[in-house]
Parts: sequence; C-alpha cells; structure tokens
Amino acid sequence: MTLFGYRVPMMASLLVWCVVWEIVGRLDLVFLLPPFSDVLVAAVSLVQTPSWQIATVTTLRAFAMGMALSILVGVPLGILMGRVKIADDLLGMWVNIFSSAPLSAIVPVLMILFGFGEKTIVAAVFLFAIWIIVLDTRAGVRHISPSLVEMARSYGASRPALYTKIILWAALPEILAGIRLGLIRGVKGVVIGQLLVAIVGYGALFETFSRNFRMAEFWALTIILFAFALLIAELIERAEAKVEYYAGARQ
Amino acid sequence: MGATALRNGPSPVPAPIDSIVEVRGISKTYGNVEALRSIDLDFPRGKLTSLLGPSGCGKTTLLKIIAGLIRADGGTVAINGKHVTAPGAERAFVFQDFALMPWATVMRNVAFGLELRGTNKAEREEIARRYIAEVGLAGFEDKYPHQLSGGMRQRVGLARALSVDADVLLLDEPFSAVDEQNRRKFQEDLIRLRTNQNKTFIFVTHSIEEAVYISDRIVLLSPRPGRVSQIIEPEIDRSGDPERIHRDRHYLDTVEEIWQGLKQYVE
Repeated sequence: MTLFGYRVPMMASLLVWCVVWEIVGRLDLVFLLPPFSDVLVAAVSLVQTPSWQIATVTTLRAFAMGMALSILVGVPLGILMGRVKIADDLLGMWVNIFSSAPLSAIVPVLMILFGFGEKTIVAAVFLFAIWIIVLDTRAGVRHISPSLVEMARSYGASRPALYTKIILWAALPEILAGIRLGLIRGVKGVVIGQLLVAIVGYGALFETFSRNFRMAEFWALTIILFAFALLIAELIERAEAKVEYYAGARQ
Repeated sequence: MGATALRNGPSPVPAPIDSIVEVRGISKTYGNVEALRSIDLDFPRGKLTSLLGPSGCGKTTLLKIIAGLIRADGGTVAINGKHVTAPGAERAFVFQDFALMPWATVMRNVAFGLELRGTNKAEREEIARRYIAEVGLAGFEDKYPHQLSGGMRQRVGLARALSVDADVLLLDEPFSAVDEQNRRKFQEDLIRLRTNQNKTFIFVTHSIEEAVYISDRIVLLSPRPGRVSQIIEPEIDRSGDPERIHRDRHYLDTVEEIWQGLKQYVE
C-alpha cells in the first residue's frame, strides 16, 4: 500500500482500524464494544490467569490431536483417491459433500457419540480439517507428471518406493496447501466444538465472559484466537515457500 | 542405391548376426486406433538404431513397449534372448521431458536408479559423479533441475541412464525439448559417447537430419497403423570432426531420400 508516494507497511492499515475501534469504544455507543485499549489491558491480565493457561493447554492439545489425526488419515486417503479410480468414485462424492457442508450442525451428534469431553473436541477438529486435506492431496497426486511415475517404474522402483520417493514428494506443494487450509478450518472446529460442549477450554471461557458481559475479556480472547490462527497459517506458508520453487518446475 | 544400403520392408528383415533386442509381432491398439501392427525388428548390439517417422506412427509406443512401460496387445520382446514384459536392469530410459525430480539435486537425480537398486550412498555417488563429469556437468552436482537449462537437464537424464550401466539405452525424442544450439552440441556428444560406451542405443526421433546424423541404422515407420516401411543404414564416416558430417554427401543424399519417402504422409 502506498500513501502520498510513501510505502506504508501492511500493519499500518491494521493500526488505522485499531484507532477507529478505540474512538468508537470511547464514544460509548454500544456496550458490546469497549475501547481497544481496554481490550489490550484485559488481554495482558487474561494471559496471566490460571484459567486461561489451563484452557489454552486443553485447547492446544485437542487441536494438535485433531490435526495430527486429520493429516495422518487425510493425506493417505487423498493419495489413494488420486491413484485408484474405484476409491475416487466411491469416496469422491462424500468428501465433496463434507468439505462444503455446514459441519457445525454435526457437532451436537459428535457430543452424543463422544461425550462432553476432549474426545468430542478432537473429533470436531478432525471433521473440520480433514476434507480439504483429502481434496488438495488428491489434486496434487492427479497433477504428477506421468513421466515421473514412468521414470520410477523404468528404473525398477517397488510400489512402496514409488509412493515414498516420488508421489509423496511430487504432490507435496498441494499437500502443504491442504494442510494450511485444514489448520484454519481446524481452529474453527476447536472453537465451535468447545462452544457447544461449553465446559472445556476456550469454550468455557467464552461462555463465562459473554454470559457475564465481560466484553473486554471476550474480545481479548477472540483476538488471541485470531492471532493464533494467522500465526500457524503463516508458519505453514513459510514451509510452502520453501517447496514452491519446485512446484513451478513441475509440468 | 549408391552409398546407402536399402532394404524394403514390411517383409521380415534378415536378422543381423548379433542382435540384443528382438521384437516379434508386436501390435498395439488404443481404443479403435491401431498404433502398431505386427512389428518385427532386430536391434544389433553396440549400434545406434533410430525409430523415425511422422507423428502417429507409434514410434514412442514401440519404444515404451521395449522398455516394458506399456504392455503390447500381442507379440514378444526379447532382450539378450530373454522375453521381457516389465522394466529391467538391462534397459535404461531417457525421457522426452527429462523426468527429473525437481526436489532433488543433480547428484541425487543421477544416482536415483542406483538408489532404487539399493546401492549404498557412497558407492552410488561415486558412480554418479563419474557420469555427471562424462556428460559435461562436473561442478553442477549440488544444483537443482530448475537452476539448469533444458539442455543441461537432459544431460542429467542421460547421466542417470548411463549410471545404472544398462546394456540398452532407450531415448524418447531426448532433444525435442532442447533448443537448437544445445541440440547440435548434444548430438555431437552422443556420437562421442557412443564410441566410448559399449552400449546399444534405441533412439526415437521425428527429425530426419538428426536420425541420419547419429544413427547406424534407421527404421522408418509409417503411420496408421504403425508399420516398418523401410530400414536404412547410412554409411557415414563419423570418426573425424562431427561438424563435417553435416556437409557429407552421403549424409545429404540420405536425408533427401528419406524425405522423399516420408513426404506422402505429410498433409
């Protein structure tokens, strides 16, 4: 972005919005929106409370477990669908339905299946994250140049070697893109899961803050969550940039 | 026919004394397109044989059947007298689009055939280093394919094929994705390589000049269905300066003669 000929960093626009928020908050128009400075103060004190720290550990653990599960299942499933036509015909429809369905509606069902605890949250993360990982992996495998596969075969690659030395690597840029999008959806899954279960992690905190109209803390928690989602997406993007140099070299 | 020995097919060609690859009655149909119809061919050991023909004559299909990458509908391929239907260690393939792993260095790409065979790292890198130098890429071991030009990439593909020490090298239009200057240099290098390495080359090309320039033997295929229409053995002395061949009278005559034969297939 440039302003009067000067190059303004991206963060500057964020600063403008923070100032707007501060002014609107100071005007005291809606009690839902306290001044931004209050939110920042609340954030600083919030992160020092044991209840936030415990909730963060719980949330992160459920998120990590759900993501690990969806990557471990999603990538092989995507590779299978990309390579085997029958698997693609059988599963393709379902993966597409689930990847665009309003999954929040299913979370209550998960609660019945897995109870009011961590398992439901993990299942929610898994359910939100896996489909895009499957779809992107499948697309990546589909785009592998046939001659690369022929090359491996002609030099005597066994089936396991073909998958671990060629297919997984050749599809890596798309797999990473899928994981990045999956992570963002997984954050959604963990929050929605916890909100519905409402007695664990951030869900419990959100519930407490909003029920007691503690809006500064409510917004502080929201901002922390957004920042976390952006941070991990950024980290994956860094990893993607490292492999991108060969994504372009593939035909 | 002057300096050029001509044998008119499609009748079976008398087998050369020592043929390393024997193709018998190979046919292949894609849907309702007949790509190849009962091909009988012998490839003499230690020679460079080109498969030449217009597009659609099935020359790449034939090469890939010999490589074991495509299954024929009928007929057999024998290497050193043994029937083959799958890829094997006695054949190595050079791909039209290079087929290099973009995530691996030149070194790993060249050593990949040996890696798949379970050769240990130190040994395969030593062998790979030798062939990287042989194709003129010494110093580029740690570069990635995207850092190389098209010509250099194909040299990597060639080094990979050489390093597995196969008896037969199968080259599928290896220079078609390489620019003209590099192609000339590459062809000269191939002539030199052929005299150094005691290997049999089967070379697919659609360029008449290229085929005549480098081949001991040219198999002309006619399209729809693909059949052997003619076998030509250009008698060109390649011992001296490779540049000279382009002005050689036999070279020019053979190119002209093949062109006259192929003209009918060009719309």
